[in-house]
Amino acid sequence: MATLSDPPQKSFHISQLIYDTRYRSTTIQVIAFILIMAGIWWLASNVVTNLATLGKDFDFSFLGNRAGYDINQMLIEYSNDSTHARAALVGILNTLLVAFLGCVTATIIGVTAGVLRLSKNWIVGRLMTVYVEGFRNIPLLLWIIVIFAVMTEATPQPRDFRGEDAEASMILWDSVAITNRGIFMPSPEWGANSMLLVAIFLASIVGIFVYRSMARKKQEQTGVQSPVFLVGLALFFIPTLIAYFILGRPVTLNYPELGGFNFSGGLQLRNSLIALWIALSLYTGAFIAEIVRAGILAVNKGQTEAASALGLRPNRTMNLVVLPQALRVIIPPLISQYLNLTKNSSLAIAVGYMDVRATLGGITINQTGRELEGMLLLGLFYLVTSLVISGGMNLYNNSVKLQER
Amino acid sequence: MKKSVFLGTLAVAGVAAGFASAQTLGDVQERGTLNCGVSTGLTGFSSADANGVWQGFDVAYCRAVAAAVLGDADAVSFTPTTGQTRFTALASGEIDILARNTTWTFSRDVDLSFEFVGVNYYDGQGFMVPRELGVSSALELDGATVCIQTGTTTELNLADFFSGNNMSYEPVPVETNAEAQQQYLAGACDVYTTDASGLAATRATFEDPSAHVVLPEIISKEPLGPLVRHGDNEWADIARWTLNALIAAEELGVTSANAGEIGGTTENPEIGRLLGTEGNLGEMLGLDADWAARAIAASGNYAEIFEGNIGESTPIGIARGLNAQWTDGGLLYAPPFR
Repeated sequence: MATLSDPPQKSFHISQLIYDTRYRSTTIQVIAFILIMAGIWWLASNVVTNLATLGKDFDFSFLGNRAGYDINQMLIEYSNDSTHARAALVGILNTLLVAFLGCVTATIIGVTAGVLRLSKNWIVGRLMTVYVEGFRNIPLLLWIIVIFAVMTEATPQPRDFRGEDAEASMILWDSVAITNRGIFMPSPEWGANSMLLVAIFLASIVGIFVYRSMARKKQEQTGVQSPVFLVGLALFFIPTLIAYFILGRPVTLNYPELGGFNFSGGLQLRNSLIALWIALSLYTGAFIAEIVRAGILAVNKGQTEAASALGLRPNRTMNLVVLPQALRVIIPPLISQYLNLTKNSSLAIAVGYMDVRATLGGITINQTGRELEGMLLLGLFYLVTSLVISGGMNLYNNSVKLQER
Repeated sequence: MKKSVFLGTLAVAGVAAGFASAQTLGDVQERGTLNCGVSTGLTGFSSADANGVWQGFDVAYCRAVAAAVLGDADAVSFTPTTGQTRFTALASGEIDILARNTTWTFSRDVDLSFEFVGVNYYDGQGFMVPRELGVSSALELDGATVCIQTGTTTELNLADFFSGNNMSYEPVPVETNAEAQQQYLAGACDVYTTDASGLAATRATFEDPSAHVVLPEIISKEPLGPLVRHGDNEWADIARWTLNALIAAEELGVTSANAGEIGGTTENPEIGRLLGTEGNLGEMLGLDADWAARAIAASGNYAEIFEGNIGESTPIGIARGLNAQWTDGGLLYAPPFR
């Protein structure tokens, strides 16, 4: 009679760490981790030694010192007596401004171009192909410089607007001047009752949303469609306009006027901002167009055919059937494009737009000699901004992705 | 994957380790070329000519150092730097010496840990405007748009000048002189401000220089000079005394033509010490005896370099002014070679 016994329990050998597949991957990871940590430690100690050799210390107190330089575009109060930290903040806001403007327009351009590229109209489709391929395959820096150069060289100087028979004239009833230093346009002057007007405007916006949800509920219950767009448009303009005249025109426009060397008053959109904004939007828009096209192609053709069979017109099919499904494919790569656009805004230096790269990462570093500290702060800023954008967009992604049970 | 990450880390670390340099003289001699940082292109001071050969006032100094150290005035590799990259390039060891219209200031000398070896050009900040604007004084510039190279002392002086005179201005930041020139000529700024020498050099390249005026106000002191890293005193001595040798050579009448033979025939012991026929000054520097003779022979003494590149006979046409020898009422004064 044979007795079956358990196979003898092998004791653990060191060699198993290498030859046994159960342990090998862990071994490799541990070794890699140790080596990477050692590498980082070695780099850090190198930096410390080298800084000591150069006679430099590691110190962030320069942020509190007087900056001494001027910035041409500031969204908050700033003068050359402000600190380097304040200058960095001015730069951060400028970066965020151009990134926000860029993301909005890039999305609009991208979605439009992406949809149109699938158009059955040969000319429209080809035009969009030319746009997408042209912008995708040429470096962004070139586009920024080209647009900036065109705007600087092809537009008149402020002094051309002067005199009886001026070479250039303002457009739109003498209110907007396009010059090689930017576009000067009227800016609103907030008068006595202007807050009330703003409140009325905000209230009518809320009204539009309320009306929309009411219309949707009504459609779900009765199937009757309400004229959402027209009513929304009316709500947007009419109450505010009526209030504007009842309140005695509290908001007036401050027109730019030619005085001294330049236009003064009004709002100046600098060429550097416009060039950067347009270039970033068009460049990223081309990538978004491809993402949108891929998203639409990913939706099964049967969906379109089914919608047509139900009698939906093509634009409603696109808006109600195809795009909502395509969004699931579109959103994740779109997040990357927003991040790219934000980081690419650091190319602002090419046209002298004073973003954070130019203030903190440029002039401040140069005037104080704190390269390492400045670059660390700059890196930290871009990291945090990217993570915030990515986090926010991921929340949105979760809300549109396929709900599975 | 992990391997490549690790190798990448090693590579980065290797680069980082490279800039811990101590003995620049040894490095330069071993390499056989001098790495010299110059500006990205300022006619008369440093610019590459049609054949790609660097020419200019700052370039000539680099060649003199190379001739003194390596015996070959052409053994220089020029690195163009912008106002923003110049200090990083020097601190990181990418260049051995920076000769690029850099103003000697307290914080650059002390806080940034550089060593200015002397002044090769006494300058001051000025303004240039198109003649048709009808401006005759910098005090009439209220509200003007000003092109300014970022990261420079001129940027700070500009802010001080305008706020000190209760005037406002709009800065248009640019990276390089070429960019400033393009913006200025396109009319994107009313005024270009930089060192007066830079204005003269820039204006000389314009199609119609007479259509632009340099305003009379000089709003700052800008002593421009070469600089090296702090802490390597032997190298700083070589850089400093090469500059002094060029200045002293003018005073003593030593030129590129006679630097080779005058040492043996001169009655003047200081010329003998300078050119290495007497004493052992070269040895003290760690170089051979005729180091200064080679430096002077490379592109001439200070006067020859000045007149050949930026002087009144050149399109730039700068008068010696403050940059004349102390014996002629200027500020140039080389300490004794003794």
